[in-house]
Amino acid sequence: MTKLITDVVCPFCGTLCDDLEVVVSDDGKELLEVNNACAIGAEKFLHSQAKDRLTRPRMRNEDGSWREVSYDEAAEFTAQMLAKSKKPLMYGWSSTNCESQVVGSHVAELVGGQLDNTATVCHGSTLIAVQDVGVPSCTLGEIKNRADMVVFWGCNPAHAHPRHMSRYSLFPRGFFTAKGHRGRSVVVVDPRPTDSANLADIHLQVEQGRDYELLSALRVAFRNEQLPDVVAGVPKETIYEVAEKMKNARFGCIFFGMGVTHSLSKNHNIDIAIQVTRDLNEFTKWSIMPMRGHYNVTGAGEVWGWQFGFPFCVDLSRGFARYNPGESSSNDLLMREEVDSVFVLGSDPGAHFPFSSVKKMNALPCVVVDPHITPSTVVADLHVPVAFVGVEVGGCAYRMDSVPIETHKVVDAPEGMLTDEEFLKLVLGRIKEIKGV
Amino acid sequence: MAEYIIKNGFVVDPTQGINCEKMDVAVKDGKIVNASDVKGAKVIDASGKLVMAGAVDVHSHCAGPKVNVGRNLRPEEKLNCYDPAKGVKRMEAGFSVPTAISSGYIFAKMGYGFAMEAAMPPLYARHTHEEMRDTPIIDEAALPVFGNNWFVMEYLKNNEVENTASYISWLLKMTKGYGIKCVNPGGSEAWGWGMNCLTIDDPVPFFDVTPKQIITGLIEANEYLRLPHSMHVHSNSLGEPGNYQITIDSLKCAEGIKADNDFGREQVLHHTHLQFHSYGGESYGSKNFESKSKEVMNYFNSTENLTFDIGQVTLDETTTMTADGPFEYHLSHMNNLKWVNKDVELETCAGVVPFIYNPNSFIGVAQWAIGLELALQCKDMTKCYLTSDAPNAGPLRRYPRVIKWLMSLKARDEILDACKYGESVRRQCYIGEFDRELTLYELAQMNREGAARMLGLSNMFGSLKPGMEGDVVVYPLNPESDLDDGEKIEHAFGNAEYFIKKGELIINDSEIISNGSKRTFWVNAGKELTPQVERDVSERFKKYYTVTRNNYEVKEHHYVPNEYMIEVNAA
Repeated sequence: MTKLITDVVCPFCGTLCDDLEVVVSDDGKELLEVNNACAIGAEKFLHSQAKDRLTRPRMRNEDGSWREVSYDEAAEFTAQMLAKSKKPLMYGWSSTNCESQVVGSHVAELVGGQLDNTATVCHGSTLIAVQDVGVPSCTLGEIKNRADMVVFWGCNPAHAHPRHMSRYSLFPRGFFTAKGHRGRSVVVVDPRPTDSANLADIHLQVEQGRDYELLSALRVAFRNEQLPDVVAGVPKETIYEVAEKMKNARFGCIFFGMGVTHSLSKNHNIDIAIQVTRDLNEFTKWSIMPMRGHYNVTGAGEVWGWQFGFPFCVDLSRGFARYNPGESSSNDLLMREEVDSVFVLGSDPGAHFPFSSVKKMNALPCVVVDPHITPSTVVADLHVPVAFVGVEVGGCAYRMDSVPIETHKVVDAPEGMLTDEEFLKLVLGRIKEIKGV
Repeated sequence: MAEYIIKNGFVVDPTQGINCEKMDVAVKDGKIVNASDVKGAKVIDASGKLVMAGAVDVHSHCAGPKVNVGRNLRPEEKLNCYDPAKGVKRMEAGFSVPTAISSGYIFAKMGYGFAMEAAMPPLYARHTHEEMRDTPIIDEAALPVFGNNWFVMEYLKNNEVENTASYISWLLKMTKGYGIKCVNPGGSEAWGWGMNCLTIDDPVPFFDVTPKQIITGLIEANEYLRLPHSMHVHSNSLGEPGNYQITIDSLKCAEGIKADNDFGREQVLHHTHLQFHSYGGESYGSKNFESKSKEVMNYFNSTENLTFDIGQVTLDETTTMTADGPFEYHLSHMNNLKWVNKDVELETCAGVVPFIYNPNSFIGVAQWAIGLELALQCKDMTKCYLTSDAPNAGPLRRYPRVIKWLMSLKARDEILDACKYGESVRRQCYIGEFDRELTLYELAQMNREGAARMLGLSNMFGSLKPGMEGDVVVYPLNPESDLDDGEKIEHAFGNAEYFIKKGELIINDSEIISNGSKRTFWVNAGKELTPQVERDVSERFKKYYTVTRNNYEVKEHHYVPNEYMIEVNAA
């Protein structure tokens, strides 16, 4: 007999769907089927069942080959590396639960670490913009229940957040939105004709890197002022039309992604997108929301907020928390050779960072905690495989709208494997001994 | 567990009628005991110092989603306000919105043993509990917000008190909440469409229920459930000139309702940060704006079943945060600083805006005056509590300064004399009429005896009677010689020399030596879901929430690891 587990939370993207159903074997050791998930989410669950999965930590030999070590040895190596470092980079934290992030924060505090999460190469610019101008926003259920207009700016949820449109933003019927998608108008702003753009009533094919101008033009149009004939590749008639539509919506939301956070102007794009939203609140009700990537990158920012007061780029090396993106951000630290060891948990900088940063990682003592073999583990001296959060161990995660949801354990991890939290607690215990706290 | 005897201090404890008497206080196994019941206890010499029970905070925003928004929103706040780790004490940062860890230390240094997080959006309860779990030392609880909740509004539209109570009982259990908070009743739902409810008769769009019905219904549901705390309201039109009549109208909703509970609570309605609700005039200008604290307090003093906290403006740069979303929007237009808004599906909303209460402006000082006037006109100090609605009217760490102003006419006059608009404030407000200076005894009536009673915790906190929780604080203040020096008062109440929490020494010789073993309190009201509410809950989660019903509940294990559950017996 198999068992059906309902209300399972998907530990993949910031959409954090919590309606998955998973079929497991009677003994709870094997995961057989995943329902309701998108293709990426289903794969995340099924991937944990790979027969050739690593189940014990491994240390690199001098000749580049690996040898198996115990978790205790792994914790000892990690603790020694961190305790000896003057300025260890402790990066990642987005694909793990908040419980681990809390323990990790304590470790970082004791060793004077440089804490940074994946926002540093993703929505970090959004966090900076929010610090400049604030952000009017809402939970995803508000969109579902009230929104009659949505704008997707520089994001492609059809591929990156596959269930976003069906669960929250475009298709669902809510309390005041009984018509579902027929009652919502959609604008997509993207230089490319994407699958999301195919669903739009209006696709603004902005010239690449000209988002700031187009956002600025909207603000002009809201005020019924004059525009040049074409702005950022979009004819002024279209801009006036979109501006009018936005002003006349009952409740609207702008969702934005990496197309604006990491193209030319970066945080300034978000600054003005938020100002566009503020302007619209003079006429009606509008919100704006970042499409956060990793399922718990939002949680990392929240945990560090209540522990240190900053959402990313937290420099603890002086004994108190400092924040200065550009100085205390991972890539800047690596490229300027300011850190003397690297600890990675819950992300894959080997795949996401510029190659010049990865080369520096390779040259430094480096520990990677990750269930998978990844480009990051390739440059690691110690690779610590752990249980999958949200599959083999539960814990809290924050959705892109900062709603905290508790992920669940659905199957056992392979015997003897530790979780992120358990491993970090071993390291913390050892560091406390070394530091005499 | 260690035993302590605090010797020769000046003890103030209104629950026993003790007023600055030299005596010993003993703590054993986490509780207060008779001084004769300890042998070989560690002696703390408190001669020439003030000894009180741990204080109780009834209303501050110290943990939860909007507090954290405030922290991450304002990196500039940490530039000049941080403290490195030392021994077991962890790093601290932030002035008006300190980190969760720092909040715990600030409370301890001020001698607080219990604090109430004043507004928890139910959907974000897990977040609030994670922060409270990580706040060291102090025992805490949180009040979920109900005043704009779709279930509550639909039931109260039809005067269905039992269904409202059933839903509240269920939600307290789901969120591990403590009681009923009501912020801008109806107005925050209206804000979903960019609107507001400005008086208590202004109907909520679509739901067609009035704020008055919501306030009255929630009071009745609260007494139906016999909860330890009363309904806790932040009424409509906060901060608006001329709002005092709306405030009195809101308070009048409690007329004729009697408290029903087993916890010794006497009030049926607590009005929070009353200062923001006692304004006359039509604008904020120095010729027009005026204090109506006398009118509000005349009504208040004539009642038996109300309490309030002052929400004292401290004339600092601070960060405002409230579930009154439309007010924050309004505020952002007054100062053009950064504005955060967060609407929460089916439940509430929130806003955050930094704010500077400028001591050189008329309105800042007038607000400062009104808060103090309220306390100075109160006849029964067990019904009036010191708060700054932290961080809305001022940072948590400013409580000692507020105590100084309440206890020293000279300190009040210094503010008025130094500020440019001092004369206007004396003219437009009542502050100049009062030469009352609160005594230490009255202070203890406020945030010890009274505060514990109004939260339904008088069997645990706010007193030094044997059997109470072992929360004792020693302040470096000599009541015989230091009371005419406002600066000494302020310093003493912010720098406890010794603080024992639940029998454990937390502050020794002014230094934090332990992170304590904090507990989170919540109330299990024990009422089952009525069939109607069961059906509604089930349907709403399927159709309108974006989380499933099974994923809504905050489970104890991770989030409330050290829980203290209060079970209520319904009548």
